[in-house]
Amino acid sequence: MSILDKHALLERNATLLLVGSLLVVSIGGIVEIAPLFYLENTIEKVEGMRPYSPLELAGRDIYIREGCYVCHSQMIRPFRDEVERYGHYSLAAESMYDHPFQWGSKRTGPDLARVGDRYSNEWHVQHLIEPRSVVPESVMPSYAFLKATPLDVRNVAGQLKANRAVGVPYSDEMVENATADIKAQADPNADTSGVEARYPKAKLGDFDGDPQRLTEMDALVAYLQMLGTLVDFSTYDDTTGYR
Amino acid sequence: MADKHVDEISGVETTGHEWDGIRELNNPMPRWWVYTFYATIVWAIGYMVVYPAVPLLTDATKGVIGYSSRGELSVELSDAKAAQAGNLEKIAASSLDQIIADPQLHQFAVAAGASAFKVNCAQCHGSGAAGSAGFPNLNDDDWLWGGKPEEIYQTVAHGIRYTGDDDTRVSEMPSFTEILKPEEIKQTAAYVVSLTGTPSDAAMVEPGKALFEANCASCHGADAKGNREFGAPDLADALWLNGSSEQAIIAQMKAPKHGVMPAWLPRLGDTTVKQLAVFVHSLGGGE
Repeated sequence: MSILDKHALLERNATLLLVGSLLVVSIGGIVEIAPLFYLENTIEKVEGMRPYSPLELAGRDIYIREGCYVCHSQMIRPFRDEVERYGHYSLAAESMYDHPFQWGSKRTGPDLARVGDRYSNEWHVQHLIEPRSVVPESVMPSYAFLKATPLDVRNVAGQLKANRAVGVPYSDEMVENATADIKAQADPNADTSGVEARYPKAKLGDFDGDPQRLTEMDALVAYLQMLGTLVDFSTYDDTTGYR
Repeated sequence: MADKHVDEISGVETTGHEWDGIRELNNPMPRWWVYTFYATIVWAIGYMVVYPAVPLLTDATKGVIGYSSRGELSVELSDAKAAQAGNLEKIAASSLDQIIADPQLHQFAVAAGASAFKVNCAQCHGSGAAGSAGFPNLNDDDWLWGGKPEEIYQTVAHGIRYTGDDDTRVSEMPSFTEILKPEEIKQTAAYVVSLTGTPSDAAMVEPGKALFEANCASCHGADAKGNREFGAPDLADALWLNGSSEQAIIAQMKAPKHGVMPAWLPRLGDTTVKQLAVFVHSLGGGE
């Protein structure tokens, strides 16, 4: 009973109670969270992941700005119905350059983790302008203004630097060429060798149907068209990734 | 608890706390609650042993039954595949014509193709395969690239104007803004409309016909019946991909729309693409 008798001391001293509570809560936190930082199988070893190209990153910012994550998840769970509908379940490695990740928790619309390359650019543009013209059952709002809004490219390098500050491995070369890359990726007549070398598998060309202008539609469609396409699953061993 | 105090009225011991003369009875907690609480502790220990739980230095304990959600999924998927194995193997080994000729296999392929269609194709072609402006209707017998099973397979497998596939179907209608004068474009459109409807100005049809023969017939045919080798649409029927009005035809001549369809073979595999081809072929327009 001796240690329990000290109970009154904790109950009568607010500071002591606070310190004690923090101690108890942090044990729970440490046990649950800390191992994820050092366990080797938290993030699968995969081939093909790379940081977002500047255009994709700008599209991702628009995705977040417009709240797409409110209705669309980007997380295919390891269940048969999801895998058969959306494709291979999502890997932790696939969102390792996401700050913040877009897993989401609500699906009013379908999961978008592997929407990349599934439909044509024309479809995406038409669907974003008037969703019901292609999917009559859809309740998605129209995002037609994206095609009319020029993409803000004044601080592309800054976006890359901000991501680098939280751990995305953007090289100096990538930051230096950021503004050129964002324009080249959506320009069908540009020399895209630099973009291709820095961002393998990046989708190139005009996305929004208007090659003359770089719009927010270009950026968003470029982002959607690469979602889930980076990891090379032919070299990925399912069984070692089991958790 | 130095001063044990028993409440006089209830005869129950108090906790020793006192607030302005008010004391708290130290009644025991309900037994069922206490035993349930102990049971959860025992359950948790068992759970830790059976399932993956305790983080160690390089990974977490695997648990004695070796469960993982990803492992369970792979079992479920292989079970599902095994349940359909007979049919899937037959489809993999058969040609499209053989599948269509075998009623049982045909039925299976159509059902499987229908569900693959709903997941992968309905977004563009519509859940009833009726398409929409710019995305072809698959229920009719008007085919851009051919309606025979092998032709449908080729289209689904390799796509149309899809950059990632060397066998993809490619064609490109040129823009006529620099080739024809605005007046000539109007005349050509009037002629095209006259094939199936009433043009806005009948006087434009005659010069339009000559322009059509000189500029359009090489792909769309002298009779405007189209040419599937180039995916050139039939302009002499009532089915239109991008609109049948004179305005729509003029717009297409000035800035042609080129539909793109992804290649599905790498994503879905040969068996599913075969099932899709058989399903689309079965919709009504199959040749």
